[in-house]
Amino acid sequence: MRQFTYERATSAASAAAAVADNGNAKFIAGGTNLLDLMKLEIETPTHLIDVNGLGLDKIEATEKGGLKIGALVRNTDLAADERVRRDYGVLTRALVAGASGQLRNKATTAGNLLQRTRCPYFYDTNQPCNKRQPGSGCSAIGGVTRQLGIVGVSDQCIATHPSDMAVAMRALDATVETVKSDGVTRSIPIADFHRLPGDTPHIETALDQGEIITAVTLPPPVAGRHVYRKVRDRASYAFALVSVAAIVRPDGTGRVALGGVAHKPWRVEAAEADMPNGAATVMRKLLDGARTTEENEFKVTLAERTLAGILEETKG
Amino acid sequence: MRFDTPATNNPIDQMKVVGQAITRIDGPRKVTGTATYAYEWHDASLKAAYGYPVGAAIAKGRISSMDVQAARQAPGVLAVVTAESAGKLGKGSLNTATLMGGPEIQHYHQAIAVVVAETFEQARSAAQLIKVDYVEAPGAFDLAAEMENAVKPESGDPDSAAGDFGPAFEAAAVKLDERYTTPDQSHAMMEPHASLAVWNGDELTLWTSNQMIAWNRAQIAATLGMEEDKIHIMSPFIGGGFGSKLFLRSDALLAALGAKAAGRPVKLALPRPFLMNNTTHRPATIQRIRIGAGQDGRITAIGHESWSGDLPGGGPEAAVMQTRLLYAGQHRMTAMRLATLDLPEGNAMRAPGEAPGLMALEIAMDEMAEKLGIDPVEFRIINDTQVDPEKPEKQFSHRQFVECLRLGAERFGWERRNPTPGSVRDGRWLVGMGVASAFRNNLVMKSGARVRLDREGVVTVETDMTDIGTGTYTIIAQTAAEMMGLTVDKVAVNLGDTRFPVSAGSGGQWGANSSTAGVYAACVALREKIAQKLGFNSTDVTFADGEIRSGNRAISLAQAAGDDGITAEDTIEYGDVSEEKQQSTFGAHFVEVGIDAYTAEIRVRRMLGVAAAGRILNPITARSQMIGAMTMGVGGAFMEELAVDKRRGFFVNHDLAGYEVPVHADIHDQEVIFLDETDPYSSPMKAKGVGELGLCGVAAALANAVHNATGVRVRNYPVTLDKIIRDLPRIG
Repeated sequence: MRQFTYERATSAASAAAAVADNGNAKFIAGGTNLLDLMKLEIETPTHLIDVNGLGLDKIEATEKGGLKIGALVRNTDLAADERVRRDYGVLTRALVAGASGQLRNKATTAGNLLQRTRCPYFYDTNQPCNKRQPGSGCSAIGGVTRQLGIVGVSDQCIATHPSDMAVAMRALDATVETVKSDGVTRSIPIADFHRLPGDTPHIETALDQGEIITAVTLPPPVAGRHVYRKVRDRASYAFALVSVAAIVRPDGTGRVALGGVAHKPWRVEAAEADMPNGAATVMRKLLDGARTTEENEFKVTLAERTLAGILEETKG
Repeated sequence: MRFDTPATNNPIDQMKVVGQAITRIDGPRKVTGTATYAYEWHDASLKAAYGYPVGAAIAKGRISSMDVQAARQAPGVLAVVTAESAGKLGKGSLNTATLMGGPEIQHYHQAIAVVVAETFEQARSAAQLIKVDYVEAPGAFDLAAEMENAVKPESGDPDSAAGDFGPAFEAAAVKLDERYTTPDQSHAMMEPHASLAVWNGDELTLWTSNQMIAWNRAQIAATLGMEEDKIHIMSPFIGGGFGSKLFLRSDALLAALGAKAAGRPVKLALPRPFLMNNTTHRPATIQRIRIGAGQDGRITAIGHESWSGDLPGGGPEAAVMQTRLLYAGQHRMTAMRLATLDLPEGNAMRAPGEAPGLMALEIAMDEMAEKLGIDPVEFRIINDTQVDPEKPEKQFSHRQFVECLRLGAERFGWERRNPTPGSVRDGRWLVGMGVASAFRNNLVMKSGARVRLDREGVVTVETDMTDIGTGTYTIIAQTAAEMMGLTVDKVAVNLGDTRFPVSAGSGGQWGANSSTAGVYAACVALREKIAQKLGFNSTDVTFADGEIRSGNRAISLAQAAGDDGITAEDTIEYGDVSEEKQQSTFGAHFVEVGIDAYTAEIRVRRMLGVAAAGRILNPITARSQMIGAMTMGVGGAFMEELAVDKRRGFFVNHDLAGYEVPVHADIHDQEVIFLDETDPYSSPMKAKGVGELGLCGVAAALANAVHNATGVRVRNYPVTLDKIIRDLPRIG
């Protein structure tokens, strides 16, 4: 870990300004991912701006009938919120499927969206990685890839986004609210928030330098059974091999998003029309163009069978 | 005391204390945080500086240049030591690769430098400033690719044979010929390797986390070119080892080198990723098993071959050993072949040999039973043997293998198993049961102890034996209490110090029986001395209720001790008796698993382990060993694998996020049964080991249960959902 200076921000805009002026500055909230990455010198900020005191830790009803979740709402509190549990069950289920109780107590809503990949080659600074060191190459391609991405991958990167929460938010059509140093705000649909790796896997989100997340807004509740199925080798405390966030109405229509398969939560709205026709049909469109390796091609079958289980369970 | 005839009746047989369910005497210290581990000797090292290691970034090659200037000048840095500046280093005979690499690099994360600084953070930060250029050399990293280049190892009894295997196998009515693989595995114990080194002139004091401190002292003496008597090692509490702390590792060497260079005490713990690539691991195996049997289920031919790899100078994973002893069969062969691999050093991990060997053999037995149409429990019983099948003149000292299988089957409800795979459903779960045999040889080791009776009537035991979480403190206290007629609260136990008599140490599941036998020997000597001092005839005294009694005379031990106390010391040494009979431990594992019919997720529903391992010294600590081992078996069956990058030559998943072991949510119903037995050939304690036996066979029982649940036979561990999902019944 490199030495760094530290300040506590007093407003979102001033925090944004401090980062906008300093390419080596970073925000810190829960620190559950950033501190680990700093110890390994994968992240080497010289200045940290602590945003925990910004008061963005409330969950409020919106005029449109949705919920506005402050950027600093802890994962534990979000999962336990009565409105979330009642109206956005897929989100609560995704949250409690992630990490551990201790981590969820610290981890924030915005930080969860911004957590970085768990690709083991990204974590080992002796290995080339385009995400960690642009242009150095991807050592995961041709290496150990069982956990890695199968869709939306590029020749530069096959990493996945590790979040469960973000997968549920993608199914819910959440919006990421931000503010820049000049006070200008943006509402970024979550579909556009995370990027595919392409030729610039080190650029992971649509945020500009110095732009800070203030909230995530959920639209009014989506009717139907809310399910989150996270599939992994052990029963708890592991990243998803594949996860499925689904909302299924009694007639079999609904929404579906996948985790553990891509550089971002993976959803193809056009595929959802086929939900009443079964999982296989949905997956043909949802995973169209999948590029798998010998080690991770099972994820295609696994995603289909996991969705099939959900459709069976939510029948009638 | 020489042990060269089978044990007869002795004070241990009273079982007033030994064999009783006594909770750990060191438990309160552990749960209050006052059991001091290697990194925590703050009082001993108020001025300790912190060491941080640097590991090689390549698997094989040479360092062409190394720039440590920036690190030396970094804030708080006291010293930087590399192979170049360390001076001449030897290599301990128990290490395969050198612990300090450079300029030659033998494996990934081989230590190449240590940085010492005032704080841990400064040391870690400065370590990352060291710039190293390498010239990489091509290496061999793929066991399957190197199989054909594997050779017969020069030592270690690689081959065995009896009868004429080839023709007998060809002629067998029912045959199996299959190949199985087990992956590289990491010990992944809770406490990383850690040491605190303090120099006083040319004398070195080392607080470390090590299972075998007498070995460790000899190894560090050889590595640093010192006399052993200048080295003092203490290792009283150890947060798990599983074999990774049998040997001197880089933490101790780097702490010693760093402390010398800095002129300060230095503490160093290996960072978690170093556990996988810097220390040792259980080597992967490829195993071919051939079994031939008659229609009656009797094995006529059994052959087991195993291939593994290691660095030059290393040894094979002895995966065929149990096959020499476990089942009958007139015609037999085993063979081990060793390939050169440039991966990190392979070495012992809990039940080395038998653990991976039974992972393969016990699937093969399940497959064979299926081919024969015989229940897999019965098939094993049919092939029981009471003699070493390679040397039929040699009997087992005590073998209740069949009893384990029968009792386990009854208690588990084995008769409810549906032999047709894939036919039991519970909601969304496909349910199956599996069985496997457990087998591990019983090893005995010379072991010494010193006991002192003081005027308070307290007996203090001193031995360099270690407690790696196994319960050594408690069973040693029980042994001394039993021998001296005391309760355990009148016994103090001090362990893990090279100033104490050399013991068996903790390894190979020999620790419990051997170290308590050493305490037994010392207590016999103490009883003798007490009787002598009082002028009692030592042949007709009894020790009970804190007194020594002879006829109608009774004197309290406190009084007998007097102001000076009485001290005795002895060592148990094993004569031919341990060679006369084949000493082994036996067991059976029964498990039930559920497989999600959609996702193929594999979860354990219940487990039963039955063990026949001589006298159980303490049913609480022994049970802990069993359930811990059974949990480790779940890891071995369903998740543990050091994933090899075959291009770059290292274990990729080198942390506890990537190297998965079971979590609480994976473990539900576990039961353990110990058969009530004693083995007079093992020692005066009549005990044997259970710590490794408990792991042997577990993974195969689980793999067999997956087959019973789904009809899918997986022969390559770990058995993960990707290996079965395509063959599950169609859905929807």
